[in-house]
Amino acid sequence: MRLGFNFWLGAGLTVLVILAGVLAPFIAPFDPVLDADLMSSELPPDATFWFGTDGQGRDVYSRILYGAQISLTVGIVSQVINSIIGVTLGMTAGYWGGWWDDLVNGLTNVMLAIPSLIFALAVMAVLGPGLPSLLIALGLTNWSWTCRIARSSTLSLKSQGYVQAAQTLGYGDLRIMFTQILPNMMGPILVMATLGMGSAVLSEAALSFLGLGIQPPFPSWGSMLTDARQLIQLAPWVAIFPGLAIFLSVLGFNLLGDGLRDSLDPHMRTRRS
Amino acid sequence: MTAPLLDIRDLKLGVATGRGATLPVLKGVSFQIMPGEAYGLVGESGSGKSVTSLAVMGLLKKPLAVSGGEILFKGQNLLSLSKREMRRMRGNRVAMIFQEPMTALNPLSTVGRQIAEMFVLHQGKSWREAHRLAIEALARVRVPNPDRRARNFPHQMSGGLRQRVMIAMALACNPDLLIADEPTTALDVTVQAEVLRLIQELCAEQGTAVLFISHDLGVIASICQRVGVMYAGCLVEENETRALFDDPRHEYTRGLLGALPRLGSRSAHGRQRLVDIDSIIADRSKLTETRFIAPRAAEGSRP
Repeated sequence: MRLGFNFWLGAGLTVLVILAGVLAPFIAPFDPVLDADLMSSELPPDATFWFGTDGQGRDVYSRILYGAQISLTVGIVSQVINSIIGVTLGMTAGYWGGWWDDLVNGLTNVMLAIPSLIFALAVMAVLGPGLPSLLIALGLTNWSWTCRIARSSTLSLKSQGYVQAAQTLGYGDLRIMFTQILPNMMGPILVMATLGMGSAVLSEAALSFLGLGIQPPFPSWGSMLTDARQLIQLAPWVAIFPGLAIFLSVLGFNLLGDGLRDSLDPHMRTRRS
Repeated sequence: MTAPLLDIRDLKLGVATGRGATLPVLKGVSFQIMPGEAYGLVGESGSGKSVTSLAVMGLLKKPLAVSGGEILFKGQNLLSLSKREMRRMRGNRVAMIFQEPMTALNPLSTVGRQIAEMFVLHQGKSWREAHRLAIEALARVRVPNPDRRARNFPHQMSGGLRQRVMIAMALACNPDLLIADEPTTALDVTVQAEVLRLIQELCAEQGTAVLFISHDLGVIASICQRVGVMYAGCLVEENETRALFDDPRHEYTRGLLGALPRLGSRSAHGRQRLVDIDSIIADRSKLTETRFIAPRAAEGSRP
């Protein structure tokens, strides 16, 4: 399987973000929350504070490393929730059809009609701010595309010989879905999940920016941007570095997803057979 | 005389067109298969052979639905079974193999696992035990190196091997009836002969009855004891294989046999044309009770 330059660039950036998050406690020179020192606030980048310091004198570099943990958690967990909801609904709808299919389709269309950020905001408003409610809010918003893809893949797989053979061999519906259909549509689902991670990171930043996500003083890239708003002219580095972190990680997830799609999607059948 | 294994009585099924009307697909088909017997069903495309077998399996898809008759399997009416009971029956007591071995296996799991799943599913065996049985099953269908082949994925196998794997899966639980829906059509001729012999021998060994669906009269003649000829949703003729080939009664059967090239026929009788049946099934609405085959028995197609 040949993977393009984009894939490797995306994989590299993704690995970088993962390393930053996982290794943050070991490589961060300062504590992201406790090492506040108003005497050294708003210092420009130098040898001690690589990315400078923010309004409370905290090291921006350390905060970005810790922020990666939040972004990764949000990206991965929300996509896992999305995929589980989307695949469950889409696969059962495609397989059983009938009124259940109509219901799921209707629900998907409704979800697609609601702007996802507004929906997430509403969920957050009900659940209150914080990481768990952020995960739930983002997990509930973006499953519609996965659901559609799962449904259409199921429809086409259902007519495959091996699914029909499984029926004649006495497989139950659930067994057919889990052993015959699900593994064969993992490719597109995986691509959707990877692409969705990028948008989840963006949504997290947006929600935190609006004050509904991660609460200060804990670092998340979005909330760091909120803090930086007042300082943008005095200390632009406080805004630039979290912005760059968001940009690079989202770019990384998207390139990874695109690369996966290019290698898995169009030729999957012909390569395998 | 022993009780038949499968007794199809006046089976009618059709396509529901809405507003209560149905287009008939099978118009009252009846035949019986004895335990251990090989029964052939021949007929052209659209004559209802495959639909009959799907009805036996209980796998008719909407809008096809049975509108009358009975399918008795060991004296039990399959049409009255619940979905769950029918599922227990499939693969366990009645199994089926298909025309297309290339697509009939899941490309993402090993063939060993796929065979093993049958034992886990129907006999409640542990996976370890099932794997051992799967290798035995592969050996029984004469796949060379069964323990190595069990770890292969379907794309690593040829069409003939895949069809053997399908047979191994279908016969895994010693079913009473095997439905073979044109199992050799997609294979080349030498492999075809081996696979046929395999089906014949294994079924004879286990006492499995075979419902063999084909449009290849040669194949039917070589393995079936009795043959039924289907045409436009009816069983038009049924007889012992030899008797049917020697003395076809129905116009359509004669047409079918006349369309078969015979080795040496040229030298014996001089130049002779193969008899042709109009290739397209006539508009069903024109086939009335009285003019059933006439619209197609055109001049020159009389043998």
